[in-house]
Amino acid sequence: MAAPVKPAPFEYVRARSLHEAAELLAADPDAKVLAGGQSLVPMLSMRLARPARLVDVGRIEHLAYVDEVEGHLEIGATATQTQVATHPLTLSRVPILSAGIARIGHTQIRNRGTVCGSLAHHDPSAELPALALALDARLTSFSVRGPVSRTADAFFTGTFDTALDLDEVLTSVQFAMPPEGTGWSFREVARRSGDFALVGVGALLHTDDAGVVDHVRISLFGVGSTPVRVRAVEDRLLGTVVDEPALDAAAEATADQIDPTSDAHASADYRREVAAHLVQEALAEAWATTRRKHADA
Amino acid sequence: MPEITVTVNGTEHRLDVHDRLLLTDLLRDRLRLTGTHLGCEHGVCGACTVLLDDLPVRGCLVLAVQADGRQVRTVESVAPDASTLHPVQQAMADCHGLQCGFCTPGIVMTLVAMHERDERPATDEVDEALSGHLCRCTGYRNITEAAHRALGCEREEARR
Repeated sequence: MAAPVKPAPFEYVRARSLHEAAELLAADPDAKVLAGGQSLVPMLSMRLARPARLVDVGRIEHLAYVDEVEGHLEIGATATQTQVATHPLTLSRVPILSAGIARIGHTQIRNRGTVCGSLAHHDPSAELPALALALDARLTSFSVRGPVSRTADAFFTGTFDTALDLDEVLTSVQFAMPPEGTGWSFREVARRSGDFALVGVGALLHTDDAGVVDHVRISLFGVGSTPVRVRAVEDRLLGTVVDEPALDAAAEATADQIDPTSDAHASADYRREVAAHLVQEALAEAWATTRRKHADA
Repeated sequence: MPEITVTVNGTEHRLDVHDRLLLTDLLRDRLRLTGTHLGCEHGVCGACTVLLDDLPVRGCLVLAVQADGRQVRTVESVAPDASTLHPVQQAMADCHGLQCGFCTPGIVMTLVAMHERDERPATDEVDEALSGHLCRCTGYRNITEAAHRALGCEREEARR
């Protein structure tokens, strides 16, 4: 008896280099990149995706790296989520990234899922795109036309959609390392642990010695077709001393700044309210930790 | 059809496989290793968990061709011999950590990987790893107790 197969037919090709991957992608507009496969393979099995060709970049050597490059944490295309979250550089310099990755699916998924794969897939309720915004990431891709680098802002364009052309492969992401002593918080509300979040937030906050905010990032996910940085709220906090009324005002302003949609899981109003609460809690936690770090220093 | 070489439970196999064959179907239908169970087949339930190069992964989210040149271990490889259980299996038996048993092979593989690491895992680390498995009998309490016992975690009772 022949073994059953679930996905629709495709041609699997293993790329040996980025150049070869780019050529394979350029030769077939109906090709898709396969790395960890933790989003793509279920879509294939459910036949939600029916690419003609899969270009597997998982065996290209030297892409599974985590490295410090010019003040950035650089992560190669095939570094797994587990590898990145548990890397000493991530834990010491960008701990919010470890905390955020820990909320992706489950251990068994993170052991194969890649950081770059999640960014290229761009589910707007996923953790990593929001973290890319919060950490001023740059994303570098490659095609037959050469390398291209984009900011996270320019990269995420819509639900499951990015600025990547069909023949581009995402090769690395560079997350900015936050200033020393930055407080942070990563929170999400999901129906069950491991599910995609209804709403989530990553917040980073740094103050000078007088307690005045000189660096702040607030990035939400699950509230739109892309992750959302609430810059208006950030701008109000910059140059001020955070106190309880400021946190209340930030929550209120967050609710005004976002435009979530309703779906089967949550109404727009509910999402707006949860987002406001999460921002308030996350900022309070980030503020408390940055102040504590100053006190310890 | 690509030819792959995959080492399953210590035995090397050379096989022609469809591009779109999943690792789970390779194990169950081609190699007749039916200990690996298929539940949801889209990465949610964890029943199909196997070790790929010693790390627990969802077998249903790996293409057979992606396992080319790699090591796979399934629940069939866990017991040291026909009459002895692995400590993880023994703990599952001792704590009545299975009801219908359908989800058990996947859970055992996740716990075996943790058992093989040098350091003793934290209780919440074990609970987090178990959260990657769904038990439709909802027998979580005994499964958790078995996991904690097998991995030498602090007993739940002791913390209360």
